[in-house]
Amino acid sequence: MLSLWRKIRRTGRVAESAPPLPDGERPERAVVLGGSVQIRHVDAGSCNGCEVEIGSAFGPVYDGERYGARLVASPRHADALLVTGVVTRNMAEPLRRTFDAVPAPKLVVAVGDCARDCGVFAGAYGVAGAVRDIVPVDVEIPGCPPRPEAIVEGLRKLTGR
Amino acid sequence: MNLAATGMAAAVAIAVLTALLAVVVRTRTSVVGVGTALTGVAAVVAGAAALAGGSFSVVLPGVLPLSGVSLTLDPLGGLFVAVTGGVAVAAGIYSMSYADTPDLRARGVRVALPLFVVAMVLVPAAANVGTLLVCWELMALTSLVLVVAEHRRGPQVASAGRWYAVMTHLGFVSVLIGLMLFVAHTGDDSFAAMREAGRHLSPAVAGVVFVATLVGFASKAGIVPLHAWLPRAHPEAPSHVSALMSAAMVNLGVYGLVRVGVDLLGGGAAWWWLLVLALGAVSAVYGILQAAMSSDLKRLLGQSTTENMGLVLIGVGAAGLFASSGDRALAALALTAALVHVVGHAAFKTVLFLAAGSVLHATGSRDLDALGGLRPVMPVTTAAFGVGALAASALPPGTAFVSEWLLLQALIHGLPAGGVAAAIAMPVAVAAVALTAGLAVATFVKAFGVGFLAKPRSEAVAGAHESPFTMLAAMGIAAVVCVVLALWPAGILPAVQAAAGGVAVSGDVTLRLNQATGALSPLLLTLGLVAAVAVVAAVMRAAVARRVRREARLWDCGGGPMSARMEYTATSFAEPLQRVFDDVVQPELDVDVSHHEESRYLVQAVEYRRKVPDRIERRLYQPVLSVITAWGRAGRGLAPGSVHRYLGYGFYAVCGVLLLLAVTR
Amino acid sequence: MSALGVIGGVVQPVLIVAGSPLLVGLMRQVRARLEGRAGAGVGQPWRDLRKLLRKERIAPRGTSEVFRFAPLVLVATTLVVAVVVPFVATESALDPVADLFAVVALLALGAVALALAGLDTGTAFGGMGASREMTILALVEPTLLVAIFALSVRVGSTNLGAIVSSTLHDPARVISPVSLLAAVALIVVIVAETGRIPVDNPSTHLELTMVHEAMVLEHAGPDLALVELASAMRLSVFLGLLANLFVPWGIATEATPLALLIGVLALVVKVGVLGGLLAAGEVFVAKLRLFRVPELLAGSFLLALLAVAASFFLA
Ligand code: SF4
Repeated sequence: MLSLWRKIRRTGRVAESAPPLPDGERPERAVVLGGSVQIRHVDAGSCNGCEVEIGSAFGPVYDGERYGARLVASPRHADALLVTGVVTRNMAEPLRRTFDAVPAPKLVVAVGDCARDCGVFAGAYGVAGAVRDIVPVDVEIPGCPPRPEAIVEGLRKLTGR
Repeated sequence: MNLAATGMAAAVAIAVLTALLAVVVRTRTSVVGVGTALTGVAAVVAGAAALAGGSFSVVLPGVLPLSGVSLTLDPLGGLFVAVTGGVAVAAGIYSMSYADTPDLRARGVRVALPLFVVAMVLVPAAANVGTLLVCWELMALTSLVLVVAEHRRGPQVASAGRWYAVMTHLGFVSVLIGLMLFVAHTGDDSFAAMREAGRHLSPAVAGVVFVATLVGFASKAGIVPLHAWLPRAHPEAPSHVSALMSAAMVNLGVYGLVRVGVDLLGGGAAWWWLLVLALGAVSAVYGILQAAMSSDLKRLLGQSTTENMGLVLIGVGAAGLFASSGDRALAALALTAALVHVVGHAAFKTVLFLAAGSVLHATGSRDLDALGGLRPVMPVTTAAFGVGALAASALPPGTAFVSEWLLLQALIHGLPAGGVAAAIAMPVAVAAVALTAGLAVATFVKAFGVGFLAKPRSEAVAGAHESPFTMLAAMGIAAVVCVVLALWPAGILPAVQAAAGGVAVSGDVTLRLNQATGALSPLLLTLGLVAAVAVVAAVMRAAVARRVRREARLWDCGGGPMSARMEYTATSFAEPLQRVFDDVVQPELDVDVSHHEESRYLVQAVEYRRKVPDRIERRLYQPVLSVITAWGRAGRGLAPGSVHRYLGYGFYAVCGVLLLLAVTR
Repeated sequence: MSALGVIGGVVQPVLIVAGSPLLVGLMRQVRARLEGRAGAGVGQPWRDLRKLLRKERIAPRGTSEVFRFAPLVLVATTLVVAVVVPFVATESALDPVADLFAVVALLALGAVALALAGLDTGTAFGGMGASREMTILALVEPTLLVAIFALSVRVGSTNLGAIVSSTLHDPARVISPVSLLAAVALIVVIVAETGRIPVDNPSTHLELTMVHEAMVLEHAGPDLALVELASAMRLSVFLGLLANLFVPWGIATEATPLALLIGVLALVVKVGVLGGLLAAGEVFVAKLRLFRVPELLAGSFLLALLAVAASFFLA
């Protein structure tokens, strides 16, 4: 316990100082949310590379939470879906249902090249399409995988902070 | 003849008339039901009159040989008569349509119902040992007939009847021995004479009398370890009979205990009451623990009866303990708490059993694991059960909350007053009450949440329908009484305190302890709660932007559809508790995994069975039963069916007797 | 009903409703800083609530009014507690309700309402959460009541006002073994009741480890706002109760503006410090396995029993 305390003291604050607010237009519905965006992450068929980056976007260094974004456990609690990967055939219906479960106003963020345009998996037999083919997408974050900064930047477009 | 006497006479007359009518002509079930309900009304009137101070006594020497019939209705008896009457009203009305089945239309069953009620009404009015024992036995026999009324349903009904018959009669024998010993020392079997002589009994004799009667009365009240009949008989009996037994009959065990221990024997030693308190604490915790594990709705209610009688005994024991250390005021408080709990328990257990009967009537099942989803199809029954469950779980605004509050007040103020015995007993009692309260909440959340809410878990439930009007009316009456008792307990306080023989709590809207600081107002609390709900609802209306609710499918992780088999059942609900109390309940688990032929690594089916046996029963009853069985087997060898052998037995027996006479003379 | 009681009865609920989301924000902030993060700021829970109120209401198919009314009842029970318990002023607006047993039972009633809502959905998660919550409640209740017993024996009353005033007049009692044992027992059960680490993790995403969260997985929008507000209020109510049972100083005993101001400030400081300590403590421990929790609670139950024994033998 003491050693943990010492470590906390030695490490101090690791969060990087916040970069300036990204410009580019914010989705209209995000304004209503007023700086608080709860996010439900949906893995629609990713290679888990994007998940690793999402994990670090919410880790201490990039600290996505400080901008008012928070990952939650149920789409009922969520305002936005964070979808990664191409939408596989098996995940197309669950993705639609998850979208339906979110109370309005709701937003969808497509994370990674797969989610945007099927990326390296384009044309594969098990792929139902990109995220936008299944549910309406509001923000897209390019990259394979996208860097945590990019993810945080995309989320800040929603929270506006 | 005053009102109490008139009421009693009317109760007896109506009941006997109904029974006669049922014997002579083919009456309809509704006639018997109305007769039973009217008997109840008369009993309530009689009891209330006695509580208001109009007690009476009559002696009818010719009716019974030896001692004659002697009846007195004093406030203590009056309370129990009134409670029994109240339960009988609801049960009678309920039976008008519930008992309209081939099994329950049988003549014997129709005769037994009013007689059972009147026997229960007469027990608290008996004023000598002979009358008490005769009424007690009449009550046992009529209830036995009612318990086995539906014996066609399966062998478990007959088995329940056997258990009930044996246990209730052993209890009867125990009471008989105790009272006979008592009478042998007083020379007169009227309660008045015994009350006089009781104070001069030697402590040893008084102790034996007390323990013997305690055993008998405790077995009637379903107190651990004499409870084994209760979780068998209550579920198998028809539901209105379960209500009568669970809400009225078990109370008479408490009545007997108070009558003999406090009234006739005049208090006695502290260890008596420590024993009562310990029995009560064990019963309360053990009963509710069994109920928490149970997935049979009526069995659960039966086990909760053991729990509630345990709580009552904690109060009675504490009252005796305080009285023996000379603290009359606290004793009155504890006894008041116990009796308020008796009344409250009678009310909510009636609702609960009647509602369970309504479920059984509609679905044919009382297995919680197969129920659920009753709210849309049986709204009234669901509401009634909800009221009963709230009352039973010691949460405000409920009846048990008020009585347990009184009980805890008595226990808290008893700690400084009572010396070292109290210093050990009181914390243990509080811990027992507290553990019971917590487990009761879990139990009734399970019973209500799993049994009535959510989605149907079986086909039978999906086709359920609401019960006929009379059944709903009976449940409604009992539920209204529950609510009134919960909100305005002061309404019954004068009556209860007249029975308890001391005024410890006063007040109208607010209950205030007289001897100690402490106040509680269930009405204000409820009003506060209602006001708070209204305020929150109003604020929400103003603050919420979108009022319309969108209907959406349940969140099933996007997969689905979720079948009813994926719901939590009563068994799975109780699983964490069962693990926590693993050492106490010692469940029997059985997991069978079968594999595919082709590969051991592929599971074909998993079968999970769990049984929570009654551990006390197994430890205590199994050995006795096996000894008796062994004895019986040995005896069978003596009866090979040869007439010569039997003549020989007779011959040797006569010779033996003659020899004995020759030697002793 | 005294003037002090009435003022307390108005100030306290307002303070608790307004302040408890800030308390949750403060606790998250403390955790964030200890983890090296920047944190979303103390006001974030209020932002969350404002947003939830703007969202759509959802009625999951097959749920009854139990599901719809549960959040209302949950908030209402906590609100009544906030009105009656002496947080800011020693006198209560509804004195006959300001009984420790009544308060504990009211808080339990709120938990029961939510558990029934969980069962009402008919999902596996709802049932699971309800089952676990009720198990923990059943084990917490005895400890709470026995600890209360220990505290009330020396005062001779379970009335909260009486207990608080008696501690005010006799400060030496606070460091008696009875108080200390009861305090430790109460802290453990409060951690369990409010669903904090190590009993429950309020920010978990694994359904199988959830307790409280699993029950409310179906609630959305304004309903969820009520549930979140209520759980924040319960947290502050429990911490405030703990603070005023053992360290009541600063509480207003007369109805002057200065005394009331001091009372409010004292409560804010006490609850803030306790919340901060609780959050800091959470950084150092891991969540217990569900079936280890009963051992923890049994331990606290024993402490409470010891407190009762001490209250008799050391009196
Ligand atoms: S975008 Fe790249 S990292 Fe992300 S899921 Fe697709 S392949 Fe993996």
